[in-house]
Amino acid sequence: MAADVNPLPVTESHQTNGDSPVDPEEWLHMYRQMFRIRAFEEEVNGLYTRAQMPGLAHLYIGEEAVAVGVCEALTKQDYITSTHRGHGHCLAKGAEPDRMFAELLGREAGYCRGKGGSMHIADQDGGNLGANAIVGAGTGIATGAAFSAKWRNSGQVAVTFFGEGALGQGLVYEVMNMASLWKLPVVYVCENNLYNEYTHYSQTTAGELRGRPAAFGIPVEEVNGQDVREVHTTARRLIEHARSGKGPAFLICNTYRYHGHHVGDINRAYYRSKEEEQMWSTQRDPLKMLASWLTDQHLADAGIFEQIETDARAEMKAAVDFAVKAPYPNASEVTDHVYA
Amino acid sequence: MSTLKEAIAQGKPMRELTMAQAVREALAEEMRRDPTVFVMGEDVAEAGTPFKVLLGLVDEFGTSRVIDTPISEPGFAAIGVGAAMTGMRPVIDIMFGDFLTLTMDQMVNQAAKARYMSGGKFSVPIVFRTTMGATRRSAAQHSQSLHVWPSHVPGLKVVMPCTPYDAKGLLKTAIRDNNPVVYFEDKMNFTTKGMVPDEEYTIPFGVADIKRAGTDITLVATSSMVYVALGAADKLKELGISAEVIDPRTTFPLDKQTMIDSAKKTSRAIVIDEGYERYGVTAELASIIADGAFYYLDAPVKRMGAMDVPIPFSPALEDLTVPTAETVFQMAKMLCGRA
Ligand SMILES: Cc1ncc(C[n+]2csc(CCOP(=O)(O)OP(=O)(O)O)c2C)c(N)n1
Repeated sequence: MAADVNPLPVTESHQTNGDSPVDPEEWLHMYRQMFRIRAFEEEVNGLYTRAQMPGLAHLYIGEEAVAVGVCEALTKQDYITSTHRGHGHCLAKGAEPDRMFAELLGREAGYCRGKGGSMHIADQDGGNLGANAIVGAGTGIATGAAFSAKWRNSGQVAVTFFGEGALGQGLVYEVMNMASLWKLPVVYVCENNLYNEYTHYSQTTAGELRGRPAAFGIPVEEVNGQDVREVHTTARRLIEHARSGKGPAFLICNTYRYHGHHVGDINRAYYRSKEEEQMWSTQRDPLKMLASWLTDQHLADAGIFEQIETDARAEMKAAVDFAVKAPYPNASEVTDHVYA
Repeated sequence: MSTLKEAIAQGKPMRELTMAQAVREALAEEMRRDPTVFVMGEDVAEAGTPFKVLLGLVDEFGTSRVIDTPISEPGFAAIGVGAAMTGMRPVIDIMFGDFLTLTMDQMVNQAAKARYMSGGKFSVPIVFRTTMGATRRSAAQHSQSLHVWPSHVPGLKVVMPCTPYDAKGLLKTAIRDNNPVVYFEDKMNFTTKGMVPDEEYTIPFGVADIKRAGTDITLVATSSMVYVALGAADKLKELGISAEVIDPRTTFPLDKQTMIDSAKKTSRAIVIDEGYERYGVTAELASIIADGAFYYLDAPVKRMGAMDVPIPFSPALEDLTVPTAETVFQMAKMLCGRA
């Protein structure tokens, strides 16, 4: 046998039932996860605007329900691939904020020893095969991970998150074709936040978005990406479909990023209106939507939401504190890890 | 046993194989040894590739390990990268080296960088097997030698064997390596015959092979250019000039010392490679020799690569574009002051 690289995860029982009802506690947990992402991203925004963070930061604020709704339907052993807008996916898949902030600040304690940064954060132990700064590239890696999972009969599923902008990349169609031919356990999650950077997707996307996976015989579902309950219940079904050997699935989540394409994208009037931004953040906010449903169902009250907020903010403050104080990698690291 | 000469000296039992057979044998041995190794590409299974290099492999390993793909180089290269990151050892077949244009993102931005970007967490044990070499009358899009591209990129290793012995031992090493390796076979050498030991062996990367020992001039040559250099050495011998022919075998890792030591000994060197001369492999190797053997050189280090033109179809033109035994001979003669 070959040397033991990329150790194979131990297979657990993966038999979740895609149709079983979700425990109310789980919705509250998802609220907490979404809030943690928001609090994390607000800290990133603060670090960046105070010039404490080098490089670029693409905030996930507004899209939290997608990462959380999908990742809560996965096991730790399942794989994800992520994007340049990847902090939310990473947290939702189980990464710790202290080591994430350390990565964003280029510190040795970071998940990638400071060598990846915001756009390449990965968490091998948590099944996150990495954010990717080449638009669409994660779809290929996830399809390969699904190929490997199927070949090894490991019961794992791979989920790939990508923006609707990635639909311009030929790679996506090549790997969907093979995934469908070979019935690979991969779920393509398209986060349609309406804009490819600064261009509305209607200017870049001909025909029907859902027609694209459909052409390969891949089942497609489209959900309100602001409603974590809808995202989650649909994702569970599609992930179960993939896990049970029926092949790939495609999930379109209609969503919105509240901030700019990256933190420096301040003046956005030339591509979208303030009214549009306000409409999404006031009427379609994933946290507000879930909070009001939980309240209506008498599953939570204002006190609980306040507690979650207080805890999340304290957690993120402490994580930032850890990262700011963490040392940079030693200069000798610059030549480490080029080759195994 | 890192060279054929050593294997012969040790009296190993051998038989003659073509380079295609040697490649096939390496793959079969590694697939038997490690169930995570698989081959993926266009027409690799029953067809055994257009060059018939993989003929018969599918009979032993089946279509789940010798996998025909759609004509989607970026797609199956990407699937290879993802599979390599999650426990498999893919051998990705890129039919022609010219199609590296289509797989560059997977090689350069994904495979080469996953380890570094993750601070050492991921490795990508993948082999991209592809071709190089002109003079097959295949014209501009099926004749290029683009091995300098991956050679330029930190994170990748690059192998270019020219004998059955080297092809087999280096491919086995490539498959066992925990890094992405791009492995180039010259199309013109698939039928080249040579001795291969009966017993199993591997060849370490970064060890040059002195294909012919000599004292008056060093000819560093890669892949099929080794045969061109050997042809030139024969002609030089008639003039009483003794040429040493060095085959680096891998452009990264690169055995600098063997080239430098040879140039110090002979005081003259020519570097011959089938890639475009402009910014090519020859430039890198020549600068290493010029730097390392500076005080010993009696002449500038000369470079001979492919002409900087798209490879033309017409045989009358194509043959002009690559170094030949005759052009190398003329250059060597001149360097030795015998023009
Ligand atoms: C292949 C490639 N082309 C262009 C870019 C530059 N770029 C970075 S993000 C982006 C827009 C991506 O839009 P989308 O995929 O919808 O994701 P979003 O940013 O909306 O989350 C572009 C064009 C890139 N990183 N990679």
